[in-house]
Amino acid sequence: MKMRKMGPLFVVIVVGAIMAYAVADMPAFGSLTSPAASYVSPTYLEEAYGVAGVHNAVTGVLAYWRGYDTFGEVTVIFTAGMAVLAILGRGFGE
Amino acid sequence: MSEGPITKDVLVKTVTKILIPPIQLFGLYVIMHGHISPGGGFQGGVIIASSFILYALVFGYREGAHRAKLKIRQFLEPLGPIIFGTIGLICILFSGNFLQYSAIPILANAEIAATAISLVEIGIGITVTAVIFSIFMAMGGRKTDG
Repeated sequence: MKMRKMGPLFVVIVVGAIMAYAVADMPAFGSLTSPAASYVSPTYLEEAYGVAGVHNAVTGVLAYWRGYDTFGEVTVIFTAGMAVLAILGRGFGE
Repeated sequence: MSEGPITKDVLVKTVTKILIPPIQLFGLYVIMHGHISPGGGFQGGVIIASSFILYALVFGYREGAHRAKLKIRQFLEPLGPIIFGTIGLICILFSGNFLQYSAIPILANAEIAATAISLVEIGIGITVTAVIFSIFMAMGGRKTDG
């Protein structure tokens, strides 16, 4: 193997080893004591009705706490539609 | 110009005519009930768009384009981001953050603030419906050489 290909391979192996080492410290899958399950999820579930005013916690997160993100999603849908129409043109009789 | 697959099958036409109103009603339900049960603007918008696509597939693209006219769709497509952004800017006018619904005086109560969320969902549903059907018409209703 050429020497200039060894450098990137070395970087990949070292970074991969660091990430594999870090995986050991991650909370177990579905763990009740993980930080996400301890503070983040219960807050959203408890405050969905009291603060956001909606029973559905998913809608509460999407439209209330992550409203800016959803705004971007609608813009993406709109932009995607405009891109398709710009490429294909308006269809039959239009 | 391609007319699309116009069927002469009475069965398909009749079932489609019976099926489309419940599909659209279900789509509206998914949008309007999005803050209580699973659903929302994206899902409900696609359901309503699917009813228009079904109509265009069965009765032809010309008839489909007649039912959801281009001028109306052109008006509806940007309505979602406009409604969303307007509600966000109104919140800034009342010295809140962008999209901080509780900043609007009449929405100070959290249970009423869900109204703003419903409005946002309706806007999303309008955009998704118009864009999905427009993409379908652009792809399916193209001029063909044959």
